[in-house]
Amino acid sequence: MSWVLGNLDVIGGHAGAHLLQALPAIVLAFVLALPVAKLAGRLGVLRGGISTAAALMYAIPSLPLFIVLPIVLGTSIRSMVNVIVALTLYGLALMVPAAIDAFRSVDGDVLRAATAQGYGPVARFWAVELPLAGPVLLAGLRVVVVSTVSLVTVGGVLGVPSLGMLFVDGFQRGITAEILAGIVLTAAIALALDGLLVLAGRALMPWASAGKAPAEPSPAGAPDPAAAAAGGAA
Amino acid sequence: MNQLLAALDWLLDPARYSGPGGIPMRLAEHLGYTALGVVLAAVVAIPLGLLVGHTGRGRGLAVAASGAARALPTLGLVTLFALLVGIGLLAPTLAFVILAIPSLLAGAYSACEAVDPRTVDAARAQGMTEMQVLTRVELPLGMPLVITGIRAATLQVISTAMLAAYVGNGGLGRFIFLGLKTQDYPQMLAGSLLVIALALVLDGALLLVQALTRPRGAVPAG
Repeated sequence: MSWVLGNLDVIGGHAGAHLLQALPAIVLAFVLALPVAKLAGRLGVLRGGISTAAALMYAIPSLPLFIVLPIVLGTSIRSMVNVIVALTLYGLALMVPAAIDAFRSVDGDVLRAATAQGYGPVARFWAVELPLAGPVLLAGLRVVVVSTVSLVTVGGVLGVPSLGMLFVDGFQRGITAEILAGIVLTAAIALALDGLLVLAGRALMPWASAGKAPAEPSPAGAPDPAAAAAGGAA
Repeated sequence: MNQLLAALDWLLDPARYSGPGGIPMRLAEHLGYTALGVVLAAVVAIPLGLLVGHTGRGRGLAVAASGAARALPTLGLVTLFALLVGIGLLAPTLAFVILAIPSLLAGAYSACEAVDPRTVDAARAQGMTEMQVLTRVELPLGMPLVITGIRAATLQVISTAMLAAYVGNGGLGRFIFLGLKTQDYPQMLAGSLLVIALALVLDGALLLVQALTRPRGAVPAG
């Protein structure tokens, strides 16, 4: 405990670097997943390819990916850009399938009704389709947030600053409190961001929390998202 | 690209394929860790998950545990246990088991839940005991989901086993950390490619098992 109190500035710096890598990756994964999912929804051929690519991406452990990516990107192995790109790829592997499900959960009749009311394709997407897909998108994004925040720490062994440095440093110097602080803070950041998302979801989609959740998949034949999402990428 | 060629050179060097510290031995160690972690975790998590899924009791707890475990940083657990119980295989094994349990648990309880309740009722109506319902109806029908859990757990342990090398154990992670220490990027790259290949091959093999266990004539559960 005294280690933690005496090193608050170090911990703060690492936490800042942690967010600097996690947040861009989360935002990029979310923003990029939407058009890819829309495209996949329109072209059925693409859907199989995307789910295969997502499953493959998933299977690749994170540390080797951090090491292999610089060859493709031309970045240094200790660069944050390298980590952000890797985390974005993992985020996409989780988010694209979730977004495809989300857009599929929107009732086609509702979309046709919106068209009949005079919505153009762009306005219909923003005003009708995206909000209705929102709850399922949010569920996917929450998984992305928690797994991304935890994955950032792996960069620590390569010397990329993040809360993972607390594990590396704590292990080398034999300071248990430092490692514990890193674990607790990483989990706390993940849970805090997750909580913020839930609150944002309630504010933006009040209809989803009132009454039953829409687009709840039927219990039969729906694999538990936890089973799928706890996979690879560690 | 030169680095990639150097890594391929490293991989093709026949001297790497024999003796202690060679690729076959590290590969065997890595596979051994993975099997150890997944099997130990499965012994605990699969019966527990089936119990939760069959009775419906403790589901909230199981879901929360799986969710919370996802927030745990693997490197943190590996280094923490290494400090607490010392260098050796026990520390990483503890981390493997803890990290593998959530996926196995989720796979097992969702396997029971995915079975049509009418099918379960029909089995009871035929006079099956609860144990028979579980082992002859729910488990065979939900097997693909159980395997999904095993796949996720296996991938998790393969990547965590790499970090085991960081705290002084063997496995393919050795090449990565040795390369890191000596600034030998081709060796790190070669080690990384080996781990990626291992992960993809094992995942593909389990995918095949999953396809084979899919019950014939039933609506696929996963």
